[in-house]
Amino acid sequence: MNSVQLKRKILNKVLDFLAAFSVVIALAPLISILYTVVMEGLPAINLAFLTQLPGPVGEEGGGFGNAIQGSFIVVGIASLIGLPIGILSGVYLAEYGNNRFGRMVSFTADVLTGVPSIITGIFAYILIVMRFGGFSALAGGVALATMMIPVIVRTTEESMRLVPDEIREASLALGIPPWKTSLRIVLSTAQFGIITGALLTIARVSGETAPLLFTAFSNRFYFDGVMNPVATLPVMIYTYALSPFEDWHTQAWGGALVLVSAILVLSIGVRFAAGRKYSGGM
Amino acid sequence: MQEAKETSVKISVEGLNAWFNTNQVLKDISMDIAEKRITAIIGPSGCGKSTFVRCLNRMHEVVPKARVTGRVLLDGEDIYSADVDPVDIRRRVGMVFQKPNPFPTMSVYDNVAAGLRLMGVRDRARLDRVVKKSLEMSALWDEVKGELNKSGASLSGGQQQRLCIARALAVEPEVILMDEPCSALDPIATAKIEDLIAELKKDYTVIIVTHNMQQAARVSDYTAFFFLGELIEYEATRELFESPADKRTEDYITGRFG
Amino acid sequence: MRKRFSPDTMFEFAVGAVAFTGVILLAVLLLGELVLGAMPSIKTFGVGFLFETTWDPVFEKFGALAFIYGTLLSSFLAMLIGVPLSLGIAIYLAEVASSNVRTLISPVIELMAAIPSVIIGLWGIFVFAPFMRDYIATPLAKYLGFLPFFSGPAFGLSFLTAGFILAFMIIPIVSSITREALLAVPVLQKEGALALGATRWEMIVMTVLPYSRAAIFGAVIIGLGRAIGETMAVTMVIGNTPQLAASLLAPGYSMAAVIANEFTEATGDLYLSALIEIGLILFIISILVNASSRLLVWRYFEVRDSK
Repeated sequence: MNSVQLKRKILNKVLDFLAAFSVVIALAPLISILYTVVMEGLPAINLAFLTQLPGPVGEEGGGFGNAIQGSFIVVGIASLIGLPIGILSGVYLAEYGNNRFGRMVSFTADVLTGVPSIITGIFAYILIVMRFGGFSALAGGVALATMMIPVIVRTTEESMRLVPDEIREASLALGIPPWKTSLRIVLSTAQFGIITGALLTIARVSGETAPLLFTAFSNRFYFDGVMNPVATLPVMIYTYALSPFEDWHTQAWGGALVLVSAILVLSIGVRFAAGRKYSGGM
Repeated sequence: MQEAKETSVKISVEGLNAWFNTNQVLKDISMDIAEKRITAIIGPSGCGKSTFVRCLNRMHEVVPKARVTGRVLLDGEDIYSADVDPVDIRRRVGMVFQKPNPFPTMSVYDNVAAGLRLMGVRDRARLDRVVKKSLEMSALWDEVKGELNKSGASLSGGQQQRLCIARALAVEPEVILMDEPCSALDPIATAKIEDLIAELKKDYTVIIVTHNMQQAARVSDYTAFFFLGELIEYEATRELFESPADKRTEDYITGRFG
Repeated sequence: MRKRFSPDTMFEFAVGAVAFTGVILLAVLLLGELVLGAMPSIKTFGVGFLFETTWDPVFEKFGALAFIYGTLLSSFLAMLIGVPLSLGIAIYLAEVASSNVRTLISPVIELMAAIPSVIIGLWGIFVFAPFMRDYIATPLAKYLGFLPFFSGPAFGLSFLTAGFILAFMIIPIVSSITREALLAVPVLQKEGALALGATRWEMIVMTVLPYSRAAIFGAVIIGLGRAIGETMAVTMVIGNTPQLAASLLAPGYSMAAVIANEFTEATGDLYLSALIEIGLILFIISILVNASSRLLVWRYFEVRDSK
């Protein structure tokens, strides 16, 4: 009897330890990644790296200036397409979506969030690149927008559904018509949640590489119009990482540091602000 | 304060205080609980009566940020001393909760056998015997004997509560704590459980929390009245209900508040 | 009653039209484009495409089996490594750690999900693959080489390395959904087990895991969906060799990786179409996996919330 009790207690301790150990195992790669990105990336970072064009193949120097610019442009195009469509679709679901069509839209959006990012690249390739005869910033933006829309739809819907009915009713009681109530009152009450969701989604797609490989493609020069290929940070990091040149590897780490910093600052900042807002409200 | 003189003391509580976070819910409680008797704990909601019984099997500390000071002697041994494992205490001091909580993914049989299996009992014949005996004691055997493999969650509320009592009995605890065991049940099921509690005192020390004074008067030998975290009065049940010494006790049992 | 063309009906119609175009039409277009694009390949190779390993752009002979194999094998390895770890993390955070530790560690674990996959791949090539080769693959080949899945030379870029990388990538999502599912188990259930004298882990096995198993299963499937569709990190560490190797230490290929690598180089129409067909297969697999996982997880949280 006593040995059974002892075994149970030892087993309990061992399992406690294993559970804690799995946390350590999961944190190890994260710490290693952040450490390596900072250590390998820092030496590459200087003003020239952030502003200049890539150097000619095989030569030292040059920078990722065009890729940083290009990332802003492609993500900007994606946001211009994705945010209005996503938010308005979310408005529809929150305000009128309790019917068969609404549920179908909702379910489809959910299923679309699981589409592998490379597939959105193929989609934009067929839709834009093949039709307009070449890689382009627009195609890259469309690919990323395809990833954004389903996420934005759902976060908008959820944020608007959190708005208490009293607010809606108060507005209607003032004689504000339902559509204006939806657009002005409900949407603006929910705007914090929607903006939070939008910024997190933007942070996520900024790091996407796969959808851009054969849409935005790459370019060794600065942005040259939406219908031309454009360099982006993730694609540039990928290309440089797989190159045979030591100097390019260093630059890839430099690009990684810029990208990771931007994404982490954005997503942690947004979460922090959201956390303060929500805990402040309670 | 009258002590349980004609029988030995099973549990002796000395200077017990309990907190949730910074909110003190029990204030300096001292009382002796008689062996093989039924002790009822009554009082208005929020008076600390549930917390009190949860301190007797170290369940209070399961709640995050909950804290206990003072001593609880079970057969003279302090259950809060540093070398005592709460797991051992809970096996000796069983508990039945306000709402029935059979393990939903286990059969009736497995629910009752769960405690024994934890203790390493694998002998099927012994398990069969204990399951039958426990279900008989909890007056459930006749209703479920043909369907021991049915899910515990498929029983009615009253049956589920008796299943939980059987589950607690199966490990042969010394003390059984019941935290308002009938509050979620209809009158017929309540009557059955009350009969069962009366039966239990032959073998067990029972402590029952109830907000139903008639129930306390019907089933218990001793009654303690708690108010705002303090033990106001603790007497033989009959005495407490017939001639309460404290004004607050009187107000409560005559229904003036609560 | 509303007038037929009141501003309200017009607004409803307008946002409804956006929802239709932006979501339904997008999905239809996505599937339609893939099917149309894959048509030449489907017509040429038929069902055989799924069971053929040859991938020869020069003679325009294409089969997807090596890529399907690589995707499924690396995802399976990711599950094998990642699910127990995720479960351990979730249990640690929900049941073992104090709530202070939980609020501190949970976001850090989830931070991994914010790291772009190209950067995980970059780290994979230069840090993790050499580590794998020297400290994991080589000893495995040396001591367990008699087993078919550890036979042959040990490469740094391999199915196993891809499996590990994918495991790291799915841990945040799988562990966080599991953690929430565990935290949603009613206290009464847990106390029922504790009051019987169960230890913490006995309580977890008796009530917590059985109660939340549907959601945990859903979380695992969501993780599987992520692993199957993951592109860049796998492309960078799997070795990009289309073969049906039994050895986990050998290089392989995946569906997403071959699309990423060869799409811009696909010269012939049939070549491109074969790549699109691989995309279509990948699309269908991930849709099925995702739809089923979502149904599982939601049902769990809905049932609980309605209680």
